[in-house]
Amino acid sequence: MSLAAPLSVPVASAPRQHRRFNRRVLPGFPLAIGYTVFYLSLVVLIPLGALVLKASGLSWSAFWTTVTAPEVVAAYKLSLGASLVAALVNGVFGFIGAWALARYEFPGRRIIDALIDLPFALPTAVAGIALTTIYAPNGWIGALLAPLGIRIAFTPAGVTLALIFVGIPFVIRTLQPVIQTLPADVEEAAACLGASRVQTFCKVILPALVPAWLTGIALSFGRAVGEYGSVVFISANLPFRTEIAPLLIVNKLEQYNYPGAAAIGTVMLLFSFVSLIGVNALHRWHAGNTMAREESG
Amino acid sequence: MNSLHEQLGAQARPRQNRRATAEPAWLKGTLIAILFLFVAFFLILPMTTVFLEAFSKGAGVVLDTFRDDATLKAIELTLIVAAIAVPLNTVFGLAAAWSIAQFRFPGRNLLLILIDLPLWVSPVIGGLIYVLLFGRQGWLGPWLGDHDIKIIFALPGIVLGTTFVTFPFVARNLIPLMETQGKAEEEAALSLGAHGWQVFWRVTLPKVKWALIYGVILCNARAMGEFGAVSVVSGHIRGQTNTMPLHVEILYNEYHFAAAFAVAALLSLLAVFTLGIKTFVEWRAARQQLASQETPSS
Repeated sequence: MSLAAPLSVPVASAPRQHRRFNRRVLPGFPLAIGYTVFYLSLVVLIPLGALVLKASGLSWSAFWTTVTAPEVVAAYKLSLGASLVAALVNGVFGFIGAWALARYEFPGRRIIDALIDLPFALPTAVAGIALTTIYAPNGWIGALLAPLGIRIAFTPAGVTLALIFVGIPFVIRTLQPVIQTLPADVEEAAACLGASRVQTFCKVILPALVPAWLTGIALSFGRAVGEYGSVVFISANLPFRTEIAPLLIVNKLEQYNYPGAAAIGTVMLLFSFVSLIGVNALHRWHAGNTMAREESG
Repeated sequence: MNSLHEQLGAQARPRQNRRATAEPAWLKGTLIAILFLFVAFFLILPMTTVFLEAFSKGAGVVLDTFRDDATLKAIELTLIVAAIAVPLNTVFGLAAAWSIAQFRFPGRNLLLILIDLPLWVSPVIGGLIYVLLFGRQGWLGPWLGDHDIKIIFALPGIVLGTTFVTFPFVARNLIPLMETQGKAEEEAALSLGAHGWQVFWRVTLPKVKWALIYGVILCNARAMGEFGAVSVVSGHIRGQTNTMPLHVEILYNEYHFAAAFAVAALLSLLAVFTLGIKTFVEWRAARQQLASQETPSS
C-alpha cells in the first residue's frame, strides 16, 4: 500500500457485490460509528469549528483587511505559485518515474521504489535543514551555482525546491498502479492495427492515464500549499519575498494576534477543503474510467 | 482503484517480452536514467547530507549531542508524545475502518473526506486550532488559567497537535484493504456462532494484521517527526517542551550544525526503518497473493 494512498482519497468505489448487503449482518456498527464520529468531532471538527468561529469574531471588513494585506497576498502568491511549479515538475518526473517503475525491470528497481516514499516518512524539519545545507551559497550544489550568479537557498527557487521534495511520492504513487493494470491487449491491438508506438501512446495509453495523472498533480499541489517544516529553513522567511502562507499564521500567533491568525487559517482551511473535494471528484472520474475499462474488457 | 493485491501481484511480475508494445531500448534507457538522476538528486543526496554533516565534526560531537541533557529530554518527550498519540489514533483507525469498510450508510463519503482533512490542511493549522481553544486568549483559556491547568506550551498541547496531524494514518491504511477483502469470512464466523468481539479478534484482526502494523509504524514515524503543529503549540521551552524535530531546529538556528544533524540522523534512521517495514509488508502481501493464486480452493 503506498504511503501516498492514504491521502489519495477515499476508495469510495467499493466492490459492487457488497451493495446487496444492505441488511447489517455484522454487529458493532453503532459502537464503531459512534466512537468514530465522537473522536473525529473531538480531535478535528470542534477545534476546526473554533478556528472558524474565532475568525467570525472579526467584523467582515477587519477580516477582509487581514486576509488581503499586501504581505499576506504576497505570501499566497508565493505559496500557490511555488506549489504549482513544484506540482508540475513532479508531474513530469513523476510520469517518467511511474512508467519506468511499472514497466521496466532494472537493477535497483526495488530500492528506488522503496525510496520514493522517503519524503512521506522523513520528518519535514530534517528535509528542511538538509536541503538548505546543500543549496546554501557555501553548500555542495549552492557553491557550484554561486559563481554563475544563481542563488537557490533563501529565494523563491529554494521554496519551490523544498516543495518538489515534499510532493515526489504523490504523482508516482497514483500513476504506478494504473500503469501496471493497463490491459496489455489494447496496446497489442493498436500495434496490430498498424499504430506506431507513439500513436499507441498518445491515443491509447495517455487518455487512460490522464485522470490519475491529474489526481497525482493535484495531490502534490495541495500538500505543497500547506507545507511548513521543510520550507521555513530554506526560505529564510523574508517578508514579501520568501514568506509562505503558513508562516504568516505562525508570525501572527507569535505576536498574540489570535484573530489575525484565525482569519488566515480559515482562508487556508477553506482552500484545503475545496481542493480536497476537487481531488475527490477527479479521483471518482479516474475510478470510473478504470471501471469502464474493466467492464468493457 | 485496484486492490492492493492486484497491485502487488502485478508488481511481482513486471511485464516483459512485449516487443510489439515496448519502447525502443534507447528510450527505455533514457527514462530509467532520468528516474535514477531524479532520485539521486532529490532523495539520496539530502539523505546522505544528513549523515555526512552529522559526522562532519567527528564522532565525538555526535556522542556529546546524545549525552546532552536537552537532547535526552527531547527524545524522552518525543517518545512520551508518540506513546499517547499513536494508540489513540490506532483505536480510532480500527473503529473507523470497521464502520466504513463493513457498512454502507448515508454520509459515508463526507466522513471519508473529513477523516482525510488533517492530512490535507497545513500542519500549522493543526497547532493553531488548539491554541485558539486552550491558549491564554482562547475560548477555554481563562477557565484553564483559573484552575491552573496548562495545555498550550505543555505536554497536553503537543500531544493534541501530534494527534491531529497523524489522525488518519491507521484508518487510511486499513479501510482500502478491508474493503477489498470483503466480509464473507466475518459473516461465516457469525453464522457458525461466534459473537462480535470474537469475529473481530479472531477473523478481522489477523486478516489485516500487516496493514495495521504498517499503519501504526507510519503513524509513529509521523508523530515523532511532526514539526509544524508541534512548533505552534510547544512554546519551544528548552529541556521542557522541545520534541526532537524542534530540538533540531534550535540547534540549527544556534549554528550547532553537526549537533542538529546528529539528532536529524536519528530521525532519518526512523524514516529508513519505516520504509523498510513498508517494503517488507508489501513483499509479504505479494507472497500471500501468489500463494492464494496457486491454491484453487480459494
